[in-house]
Amino acid sequence: MNRTLKSLALFLGGIALGVAAAGLFMLFHSSLTPQELEAWDKDGVVPGLVMQAGSIGFGVWFLYLVGWITRSQIRKQAGAGFGKIARSVAGNALMILLGLWFLWRMFIQHPEGVLINPTLFAQYIVDGIRLGFVYALISLGYTMVYGIVRLINFAHGDVFMVGSFTSFYAIKAMRLHLLPAKLFPSLSQWVAITIGTVLVIILSMLVCALLAITIERVAYKPLRNAPRIAALITAISVSFFLEYFSSLPEVFTSNYIIYEQPFKVVSWKILGVQISNVTIIIILVSILFLLLLRWIVYGTKTGKAMRATSWDKPTARLMGIDVDNVITKTFAIGAALAGAGGVLYAIAYPQLIVFMGIMPGLKAFVAAVLGGIGNLTGAFVGSLIMGQAEMLSAGYILTPMRDAIAFTILIIVLLIRPTGIFGEPEGEKA
Amino acid sequence: MLLEVENLHVYYGAIHALQGLTFHLEEGEIVTLIGANGAGKSTTLNTISGLLRPREGSIRFKGQELTRMRAHDIVRLGVVQVPEGRKIFATLTVSENLDMGAYTRTDPAEIARSRERVFASFPRLEERLNQLGGTLSGGEQQMLAMGRGLMSRPTLLLLDEPSMGLAPILVEEIFSIIQEINSQGTSILLVEQNANMALSIAHRGYVLETGRIVLEGTAQELRDNPQVKKAYLGEA
Repeated sequence: MNRTLKSLALFLGGIALGVAAAGLFMLFHSSLTPQELEAWDKDGVVPGLVMQAGSIGFGVWFLYLVGWITRSQIRKQAGAGFGKIARSVAGNALMILLGLWFLWRMFIQHPEGVLINPTLFAQYIVDGIRLGFVYALISLGYTMVYGIVRLINFAHGDVFMVGSFTSFYAIKAMRLHLLPAKLFPSLSQWVAITIGTVLVIILSMLVCALLAITIERVAYKPLRNAPRIAALITAISVSFFLEYFSSLPEVFTSNYIIYEQPFKVVSWKILGVQISNVTIIIILVSILFLLLLRWIVYGTKTGKAMRATSWDKPTARLMGIDVDNVITKTFAIGAALAGAGGVLYAIAYPQLIVFMGIMPGLKAFVAAVLGGIGNLTGAFVGSLIMGQAEMLSAGYILTPMRDAIAFTILIIVLLIRPTGIFGEPEGEKA
Repeated sequence: MLLEVENLHVYYGAIHALQGLTFHLEEGEIVTLIGANGAGKSTTLNTISGLLRPREGSIRFKGQELTRMRAHDIVRLGVVQVPEGRKIFATLTVSENLDMGAYTRTDPAEIARSRERVFASFPRLEERLNQLGGTLSGGEQQMLAMGRGLMSRPTLLLLDEPSMGLAPILVEEIFSIIQEINSQGTSILLVEQNANMALSIAHRGYVLETGRIVLEGTAQELRDNPQVKKAYLGEA
């Protein structure tokens, strides 16, 4: 698992570093006044040159990093242990340096730093919590599926997108959110719209669950005994398929569309911090689903069967557990959570496009790795951390950093502690 | 006849692991398959349990053909395996491991009664009920594995190397419990490298060599057979 994850991380991390480098350069560039810019770069060729130099340098760095990891792996296998130590020292030093720099930026250097504008800081925290809870709904699906079939289901982010689109059509075309009010006019408006919204969420969850079951049956089940990399590549293809198939005009659309929220968004100012009803609903609904999932996994027979299957499939079959059925259920539950996440995300950020699932999907994946992939608590904690990391780095470093930070975290976690925060070290499976 | 295996051929890729195995087991018997490493003992059990598919041959349990059934349906029929190496669900508690053993059953009162019976045989499991399976000692894990197997109230219990990696005292204890389980009406197919112990409790036995049965007879006959003595009992 680690090698696949690691090469993937290096690849994504490379892209992220490219984005980050470009972002930092743009930061520098935009900090110059027009006169300074004129004096410094008359013909405006420098940005292009820097970009080129940056990508070449980045390519060299990437090759070096690959070589480094390979070497340290070889050393580790030779039993020298030096590579591992060097890696962990370098990794820790890197992390501490990054952390210190970030704190300095956050508290001292930034013109709107924490000490100067604490309200803004609180605002970022609140927004980060909201984002984190949405990520939690997605990353639980990643982590459950990984736990049970050892597959990183890259199509998961696109299932999330389908959830958003389903709710869009449920609201815009079917007027499902108004159905209770129409059927029972005596209901108070508030109750009717709540039930209507719940109906929309449930419909999206059902559609996503059915979609995931189909995907699992068609694409993953035939590969159950194939090498894991084959399933991984299939997952990426399924992801592309969903994105581009959905962008056909006959299916969804390839354009951005504006989402119509099922209820009116109201926000309140509490001590200067904007908190909207969407934020509160997202937090409440997510916590509700998380508790429900915990109950399923730890309190029901199906959940126990899931955990048993995740530990040892052949033995689970010897207990009379229908392993295929358990796997299907796991996919369905994960996808239903992602579907709910999709609706909530669309309500919070009301603009849809078929590619909207990619970034949240990848970030939720990073959150699952950060928490320890396969671990439910880990996915939850990792998601909350990711929400904060994203909001704070967008706020205090630079907006493009919100994406780069995710993959930076992924690289650092995989270098220092590939099993994540809650993950057990590997090789203890007795 | 409770279990009837006829002309069983199993392959791992190109390797011909079972080469025409034929044996049977009567109701109420303890039958043991003995043989060296790689003789095909575990393969036989896994084929009966439906984890492996034979290329040829038949396995009939109470007259019903098992070879085309799925593993979990075979468990429902009452053919239950306690796998080699215990295979405890390490991340589940002892109690949850037992619940998994009763996965195919639905009546909570009956399940509770089975639990009591398991605790009567293995009192140590009751003390460790909320501990994670992975934290048990080897002997306790074997007890849990057997208790978990019993939770499904099997008609036929397939035991794969129950003595593996256990101290001699524990081996004796486990074997006396196997006898006790048998006396309560469960038939047992016992696979063992420890031929001495296996033959001491079995009614009949088969000797396996590279996927074939080379000898069969009552336990007494096998114990007296000079070949068996030399190769499996460590006597000159």
